[in-house]
Amino acid sequence: MTEQTKQILSRRSFIQGAAAAGGGLMIGFHMPLANAATIGPNPQSLTTAVGTEINAWLVIDRDNTVTIRIPHTEMGQGGITSVALLIAEELNVEWSKIKTEFADANRHLRNNKEYKVMSTHGSQLVRLQHPHLMQAGASARERLKQAAATAWGVDRSKVEAKLGVLTSGSHTGTYGEFVDAAATVKLDKEPAINTDPTKWWLLGKGTMRLDIPNKVNGSAKYAMDTKVPGMVYAAVKASPVPWGTLKSFDDSAIKKRPGYVGTVQLKAVPGKRGQPDMQDAIAVVFDSWYRAKTALDLVKVEWDFGESGKTSSAQYYVEGRKLLDQTGQLTGKGDPRAAEIIAAASKVVTAQYERPFETHARMEPINATVHVQADRVDVWSPTQDQSAAITIVAEQLGRDAKDIYAHTMFLGGGFGGNGGGGTGVTKQAAEISKQLGKPVKVIWSREEDLAQDKQRPLALAKLTASLGEDGLPTALFTRGAWFTQDGINNFGSATADYGISNMSYNFPVRHHERHNAKTHIPGSTHRAPGANQMGFMAESFIDEIAIAGGWNPLDWRLKMTEGQDDYQLVLQTLKDKAGFRTDLPKGQGMGIGVVESHGTIAAACATVNVSRRGRLTIEKLLVVLDAGHVINPHAAAEQCEGSVCWELSHAWMGGLEMENGRFINTNFDSYNLLRIDQMPEVETIFASSGGTKWGGLGEPAGPPAPPAVANAIWYATGKRIRSTPFRQHDLSWT
Amino acid sequence: MEFSLTINGSVQKVDVDPETPLLWVLRENVGLTGTKYGCGIARCGACTIHVDGQAAKACQYPASAAVGKKITTIEGLSKDSSHPVQVAWMEVGVPQCGYCQSGQIMAASALLAKRKKPTEAEIEAAMADNLCRCGTYLKIKEAINRAAKIEQS
Ligand code: FES
Ligand code: FES
Repeated sequence: MTEQTKQILSRRSFIQGAAAAGGGLMIGFHMPLANAATIGPNPQSLTTAVGTEINAWLVIDRDNTVTIRIPHTEMGQGGITSVALLIAEELNVEWSKIKTEFADANRHLRNNKEYKVMSTHGSQLVRLQHPHLMQAGASARERLKQAAATAWGVDRSKVEAKLGVLTSGSHTGTYGEFVDAAATVKLDKEPAINTDPTKWWLLGKGTMRLDIPNKVNGSAKYAMDTKVPGMVYAAVKASPVPWGTLKSFDDSAIKKRPGYVGTVQLKAVPGKRGQPDMQDAIAVVFDSWYRAKTALDLVKVEWDFGESGKTSSAQYYVEGRKLLDQTGQLTGKGDPRAAEIIAAASKVVTAQYERPFETHARMEPINATVHVQADRVDVWSPTQDQSAAITIVAEQLGRDAKDIYAHTMFLGGGFGGNGGGGTGVTKQAAEISKQLGKPVKVIWSREEDLAQDKQRPLALAKLTASLGEDGLPTALFTRGAWFTQDGINNFGSATADYGISNMSYNFPVRHHERHNAKTHIPGSTHRAPGANQMGFMAESFIDEIAIAGGWNPLDWRLKMTEGQDDYQLVLQTLKDKAGFRTDLPKGQGMGIGVVESHGTIAAACATVNVSRRGRLTIEKLLVVLDAGHVINPHAAAEQCEGSVCWELSHAWMGGLEMENGRFINTNFDSYNLLRIDQMPEVETIFASSGGTKWGGLGEPAGPPAPPAVANAIWYATGKRIRSTPFRQHDLSWT
Repeated sequence: MEFSLTINGSVQKVDVDPETPLLWVLRENVGLTGTKYGCGIARCGACTIHVDGQAAKACQYPASAAVGKKITTIEGLSKDSSHPVQVAWMEVGVPQCGYCQSGQIMAASALLAKRKKPTEAEIEAAMADNLCRCGTYLKIKEAINRAAKIEQS
């Protein structure tokens, strides 16, 4: 396969291709629907396909209905549609004949990872999984052809398979007629898959996402919607200060309330603080969740928070600022000349930036249902990895993974937080079900969800640059610090100075350091990790030094990326399209931000309006992106809108605040994210450099939005914003 | 306490604590899970339903207060996803993860029942309580305008 083909198959662009239909095409067109896996405690009822299984991914019925089993999760990114398209492209069947169902994760584990990969993360679905998915379709097609060839006494090469029909000369038959025979065919050699985009008949054409029809009538089933006969409901309260220990509790006030089932004390495994590990918690179980939740508030619990109970966001900022004045760990090679040049320079600009903890706040609060029985355990977990849900439950219960069945449900958001599957909720449900001997659904209240999720770390950075005669930087020196559980170094590519240390500007001399400070707050990736926090710091600072040096911030960026063709393309396009200007009347402003992430350069130009009294209106974000190629601009633009909304939500409205070791703004009244009346117009322009470059498009448009807005606010008001959320700043002007 | 509720045109007997929010009665007792829990404090709109044709937050609506009223949930908006708002939602391809969308559709359909051709400001005011973490707001506006056109034709 050529490099270009690999790139064209990259998940995001592909999914965007698959999501395109839009328009008025869909009405009156038979849409195959993707139903969530059957919800039922009935053993072996996980898959419902009717017909003959030709391989693990494919079942074909005599009436030519094809069921494709989807080993991945759907969180709105188009996973179901992508898998179905990849397989159908090779199998060559009419799209309207296809049904989908989620694959059985237990079978996957039992049969030695039969579906190869079941987790859905890291933009990998199409990028990495396409060869074996396409192979499943190609292999089935060739076996059907062989079955027909044998029946007709011709060579397989003389049989054509097209849209579910097999033909050779005067012979003709459907896939359904030959599927039984095909299921027994063994090929000497697996056929090659077709990775030449110019020869595709189905892929890349723009297909309506299969999950959409189920999402307009309430029928899409999320883990939250699970119902099992005999099921009881648990409301839980973990230590409000993460990793605090439970000393005692008194539940006497609730035992007589109607519907009471039991109280379960959940215990952290000492020494284990990994992603899906349980904390000390109390679970109150009733015959309805509302009863459980209201009763939980009446249980008196005594916790020991230890030293963590004395911490606060304010204190982390104090500690962080101190760290920014101390030598940290080197990022990259380092250059001792940077400090020397700065020390000797006549013009130096230095600024410190700070950002608070943020949370995923997926619209579907964290939840899980588990039914522990003597011979089997069923799990409904909002996770991006069903097979991991099985292993997590096996570990908690000390059971054999082969007796555990995970049901795949739609996810009410992922955003780097694994749909909540990375939290301890699934273990909690397993433990409670085991102790009570009943199926149990655990729902974290929104307050529990925001307080106990794995959070995006609090981060700070200090940036210093010396400027030369021409106003351009002669050296750059930066230090970043972030607070993560156990002081870890990175979440994926995100580090304490990702977004700063990898800025692409041609600084003659640069030096970057970082500190990995510790907190008791569990951390996690968060859509566009690293770039989403530090991109704001880097790009606001760039405006500071450009303006201090007498440069127009857009011309500065063009000058400082000379020789980098893709940056020049993006910035020149922005210059041509955005009408960026620095001479607007007071109260109005435009600002620029440029951040590269996931292999894509994203430049944003914000237009804002600030009233004299300081009321901010973000009128427009124009975003120019170079992801190399774009298969489907329409759907890619949709992802860009979502990303802009995501990141402005935090920068403008967000900010999770911690006092006494615990988060205090834990519902949407006080952690109030971007709403429809605050959403700016978003115009997305793709300036694709082509060639061998292939970047993602589901996240990169977010990070440049906040610095573009902050830089626009500076032009509008003269006020430089060096921390988020913007809502905490007085933006009034006279 | 046992009482009857009129949900999507049919009368249902439920036996719940009278102050239980409709949200939980619909989801757990009646089995209509299209109405979602998002915040429980009337600040996200995921639980939006119609009570006597008006948009209401089911998480803050005591079940007993709905006795004698007409309750409509996403499942009852149309039998076959043919309500103009649902049609527009599919044509525009609004939903991403979809979790907020029942509430968005119920809020939008309540708006269009009152205002045939809402202005942008009216759309924003009517939809401002409905959070969408996936950021589908611009598509929601587009779909509401489209639904208004479908209704007129
Ligand atoms: S759950 Fe009712 S408004 Fe959020
Ligand atoms: S579509 Fe995901 S929250 Fe709105």
